[in-house]
Amino acid sequence: MTGSMDLPAKGGFNFDLCRRNNMLEKNGLKLPGFLKTGTTIVGLVFQDGVVLGADTRATEGPIVADKNCEKIHFMAPNIYCCGAGTAADTEAVTDMVSSQLQLHRYATGRESRVITALTLLKSHLFRYQGHVSAALVLGGVDCTGPHLHTVYPHGSTDTLPFATMGSGSLAAMSVFESRFKEGLTREEGIELVSDAIRAGIFNDLGSGSNVDVCVITKGKTEYLRNHQLPNPRTYASSKGFSFTKGQTEVLSTKIIPLKQKVEVAEGGDAMEE
Amino acid sequence: MSVSPRPPPPRSPGFLPRPGSRIPYGFAPCPSQIFEYNGSAVVAMVGKNCFAIASDRRLGVQLQTIATDFQRVFKIHDKLYIGLSGLATDAQTLYQRLVFRHKLYQLREERDMKPETFASLVSALLYEKRFGPYFCQPVIAGLGDDDVPFICTMDFIGAKELAKDFVVSGTASESLYGACESMYKPNMEPDELFETISQALSSSVDRDCLSGWGGYVLIVTPTEVREHVIKTRMD
Repeated sequence: MTGSMDLPAKGGFNFDLCRRNNMLEKNGLKLPGFLKTGTTIVGLVFQDGVVLGADTRATEGPIVADKNCEKIHFMAPNIYCCGAGTAADTEAVTDMVSSQLQLHRYATGRESRVITALTLLKSHLFRYQGHVSAALVLGGVDCTGPHLHTVYPHGSTDTLPFATMGSGSLAAMSVFESRFKEGLTREEGIELVSDAIRAGIFNDLGSGSNVDVCVITKGKTEYLRNHQLPNPRTYASSKGFSFTKGQTEVLSTKIIPLKQKVEVAEGGDAMEE
Repeated sequence: MSVSPRPPPPRSPGFLPRPGSRIPYGFAPCPSQIFEYNGSAVVAMVGKNCFAIASDRRLGVQLQTIATDFQRVFKIHDKLYIGLSGLATDAQTLYQRLVFRHKLYQLREERDMKPETFASLVSALLYEKRFGPYFCQPVIAGLGDDDVPFICTMDFIGAKELAKDFVVSGTASESLYGACESMYKPNMEPDELFETISQALSSSVDRDCLSGWGGYVLIVTPTEVREHVIKTRMD
C-alpha cells in the first residue's frame, strides 16, 4: 500500500487513507464540510424539446465560494445534466458518464440516448448507496423524442414533464405547478424556467447569483450561460483601492529571470558528410 | 419521562486530553476541526499577463506555533505554482505525489504541463480519495498558453472552482474573501498586484489566530518570478 509506487490509478476510488481518517475521527475529528451546490436546478419539456435551468452559486457552509459556477454539465451533444449536492460528486459522476457515453458512441456509431445516460448514472449511484451525494436533473432529445429525468443520490429516478431539485426546489416547483402546461413554445419555456430559477435565487439562501439556461432540441443545443444576471455588483466604487508602491513592508526579495526557450534557426547549412 | 430537557454537555477545550483516551499525556487529541490543526492562509490573484500567489508562514499545532518559515506555496514548473492549505502533513505528501506525476508527464510528453491539465490532475487525485480524503485545499496558479494567467481552487475532495479574479483557501479564508472582494481590481500591473495581494493577505491573517507570522508572496510574469517575504504582525 504505502511501499508501492504511486502509479497512475486504474480507476475507481482509493481507500488508502480511510484507516488514518477513522483513527482521527475516534479522537474527536469532525469531518469538514465539502463544497456543496445548495442549488436550484430545474428542467421542463416543451413542444420541440427540453429546457434546463440552474442558478450559479456554490457554497462552503454559509460562505459563498463561487459566485458564478457552472451547474449544467455536458453529457453528450444532445444531453445535458444539472447537478445539485456535493460539487465534487456531481462533477465527477457527470464527467465519468460523459466519457462512457462517448466511448459508447464510438462503439455503436449512433447518437446517445437519454436513458443510456440515466441507467449509467443510476447504477453508479446505487452502487455507492447514497454516499456519492449527487442529485441530478438529466434532460435531452434523442431519436425517441425529448426526455427529462431526475436522479436521486441513492439511485432512484423519475421521468417527468417538469422537475426541480436542490435546496431551492420548492420555490421553483411552485412556479412550475402554477404555470406549466403541455406544448409550450421555446420562448415560453425559457421564460418559465428563468422565472423558476429566479424564485429559487431570491427565496432560497443556498441559491443565488445568475440564471443559466440550456435549450435542447432535435439536432441543436443552445447553452445560454448567464442568460439573466439579476444580481449585479453595483455597490463597488469605480476607483477601488489603490496602494502606492512601497506600502507593504518587505523583508526580502528574490528575482529569478525565467529562461527563454532557445529559438532554433531554420534553413541552416546541412552538416558535412 | 423527564420533564426538563438535559442541559447540553460542556464543550471541552480542544487542547486538553479527554478522559479515557489512550493518547500519552502531553499530546493533545485531534481537534474538532482538522483544518484548524495547523492553520493556513493561501490566496492567488490574476493581474495583467501575470499572477500572484501568496501564503502565510506559520506552522502551528493548534494554538502553539512551531515554525515561522513554513513553505506552503510550491513550484511545479517555472510557470505553475500550487499552494496547499489545511493539514500540513497532507500538504507535503500531496505535493510530493504531484511533483512525481508531473515529472513522469515531462518525461512522456517532453514538455511542461498546462495549468488546466494540472488542475484536472489534482482534482482527480483528490476525488480518488473521496471516502478517505487528504485534508488539503489546493490553490493552483499558472501561466497557460500565450501567457494567459490561470487560477483555480478546490475543496478537499477535488471540486474545481475556476475564477477570473482571485481564489482563497485556509483558516483565514472568510476574511480573505472579504479583503480580496474589496481590494481586487482587474488588469493590475505586477507592482500594483503585489501591493494588493500583500495588503489583502496581511489584513486577513490579522483577523485569524491560526495563520500569519509573516507572508510569502510570489509574482510571476512571462519573463521573471519575484519572491518576496513580507512582514506582518508576529502574533
